[in-house]
Amino acid sequence: MTATLTTRAAAPAPGALVGAGRHARARRWRLVLVVLVVALLAVMLLTLCVGERSYSPVDVFRVVLGQHVDGASFTVGDLRLPRALTGILVGIAFGMGGVMFQTMLRNVLASPDVIGISAGSSAAAVVAITAFGISGPALSAVAVAAGIGVAGVIYALSWRRGVHGTRLILIGIAVGAMLDSVISYTLSRAAIYDVNEAMRWLTGSLNSAFWPVVRPLAVAVAVLAPLATVLSRRLSALQLGDDASTALGVSADRSRLVLLVVAVALVSVGTAAAGPIAFVAFLAGPIAHRLVRGSGPLLWPAALVGALLVLVGDYAGQHLLGLRFPVGVVTGVLGAPYLLWLLARSNRSGGSL
Amino acid sequence: MKHTLAVEAATIGYDERVVVHDMTLEIPQGAITTIVGANACGKSTLLRAMARLLKTTSGTVLLDGRPIGDLPSREVATVLGLLPQTPVSPEGIAVADLVGRGRYPHQGWFRRWTHDDDVAVEEALAATDTLDLADRSIDELSGGQRQRVWIAMALAQQTDVLLLDEPTTFLDVAHQVEVLDLLTDLNRRRGTTIVMVLHDLNLAARYADHLVAIRSGRLYSQGSPAEVVTEQMVSDVFGMTSRVITDPVSQTPLVLPVGRHHSGPASGGDDERSAPDAPLPADALR
Repeated sequence: MTATLTTRAAAPAPGALVGAGRHARARRWRLVLVVLVVALLAVMLLTLCVGERSYSPVDVFRVVLGQHVDGASFTVGDLRLPRALTGILVGIAFGMGGVMFQTMLRNVLASPDVIGISAGSSAAAVVAITAFGISGPALSAVAVAAGIGVAGVIYALSWRRGVHGTRLILIGIAVGAMLDSVISYTLSRAAIYDVNEAMRWLTGSLNSAFWPVVRPLAVAVAVLAPLATVLSRRLSALQLGDDASTALGVSADRSRLVLLVVAVALVSVGTAAAGPIAFVAFLAGPIAHRLVRGSGPLLWPAALVGALLVLVGDYAGQHLLGLRFPVGVVTGVLGAPYLLWLLARSNRSGGSL
Repeated sequence: MKHTLAVEAATIGYDERVVVHDMTLEIPQGAITTIVGANACGKSTLLRAMARLLKTTSGTVLLDGRPIGDLPSREVATVLGLLPQTPVSPEGIAVADLVGRGRYPHQGWFRRWTHDDDVAVEEALAATDTLDLADRSIDELSGGQRQRVWIAMALAQQTDVLLLDEPTTFLDVAHQVEVLDLLTDLNRRRGTTIVMVLHDLNLAARYADHLVAIRSGRLYSQGSPAEVVTEQMVSDVFGMTSRVITDPVSQTPLVLPVGRHHSGPASGGDDERSAPDAPLPADALR
């Protein structure tokens, strides 16, 4: 009885109190998004301007707008711009794909680069290149198909009256280890005249990010990212558990299947373009979670964090560390300690997003 | 509009194992129905089937006379709500946002969040006495507060029928009574049809309009608590000797377990549990 009758007199209009809190959270969420976009544009400008040879932002803008500037047109227009765009698109794909997996399976460790899905795409791509000489869009298709196939295998192997997160992660790690050995074996048998190519499929690199890589990647991300955005409602229903999700009219199994396909496609498309850049998918979600702090959905914040990680990691690997490292080495150095810390912590508490 | 829920000759199970046998049940409209039975008797399974979380092996669950499996899931969600036994709370989510997810079935691709949704969420929070927690993170709440927030989510769904799977687990006795009072309010004010599984037979007898007793997957008896709760029923369904008296507070039946260390009405109190009646398969000794 007391419960409903004690409705506070302080509330001005029905719904206003809840509305105010909701608006405050939405403002915070938008602020995080704006800050990330600004940071991303700033880093992008930096990577375009400053390198072995530096150009003024004015020259860079002229190149981006299609005008001819001596020297800058080639260095910026043909080398740096496609590299930066590839970095951003791949980062978005990994960030989104990663956070979708982590949210859907309710475990941070269930990231596609931890549970072997990136490794599946990589392995297929390496075999396709070295054994069949496939390249271009066909290569992307092979990588995507393999990613989906591996995801299906992992899913099927961990199925026992529903999928349990931990079982799926352990099986995924095992499958990933097997696929990594396939990559190593294939690379050691193949004639390697390009170390960059090998590095790309082992740790991920933007060294072959030229315009022919950007175009199919841009198309794929332009299709998949909006699709993921539309599906994010299903994702947040699924987050409450299978039963609660069904109770809200969102069928758990069907949603999981659709989300899985889109997430795997994102990760595989990214992998096909730049290799399995270590830990970007794994780190983007948790970092975005720390920034957003429950004020809104994680999908786009994670995508932007992913893009920032790739861009900053690549720039650091290129110019800041003395030697030239592929981006995957840099993100790997960042990601590995976090993975260790997470494993140590989840031993005690069992973590999720 | 009033909606009806019924179970018709339903057999329900997992894989090969049949848990509920040939169950026929009509849920009285606008009343509180409580399902009781021993552990693993199939009461939760029955509730899950009524909430379309499980498919029936044979027979059907009928919502408004139509098989629930044939109806679009989102449409069902506007009529029938459910509080699952173990929902998962996303880390760091604000209470109002979690309760807001109960509005999903009322929103479509184009109809997004509106003022009506804010009002519904606020009402649900007020009804569960959690309005002052609205902007807090779910992580900071106690078990009892969390349970009330989950009930608020089910209320925000504003369904005519509400199913609850042991809504009082993890709660101390004061909070148990508080939750059941809240559900009674909901039933008396809005006429919401409530079906719940409860462990505590005495609370079930006190709060139910209609009581359903289940023994090993079959309907044992149903009716008003006074009709259903008898010493014979407690003995048959729970395998326990007891005395049933009238609750001085609510005038409903009150079950007093006898146990082995206290003298009860029936002498030689320990009832013999039925021995496993299935003979060993012929090849078991080979």
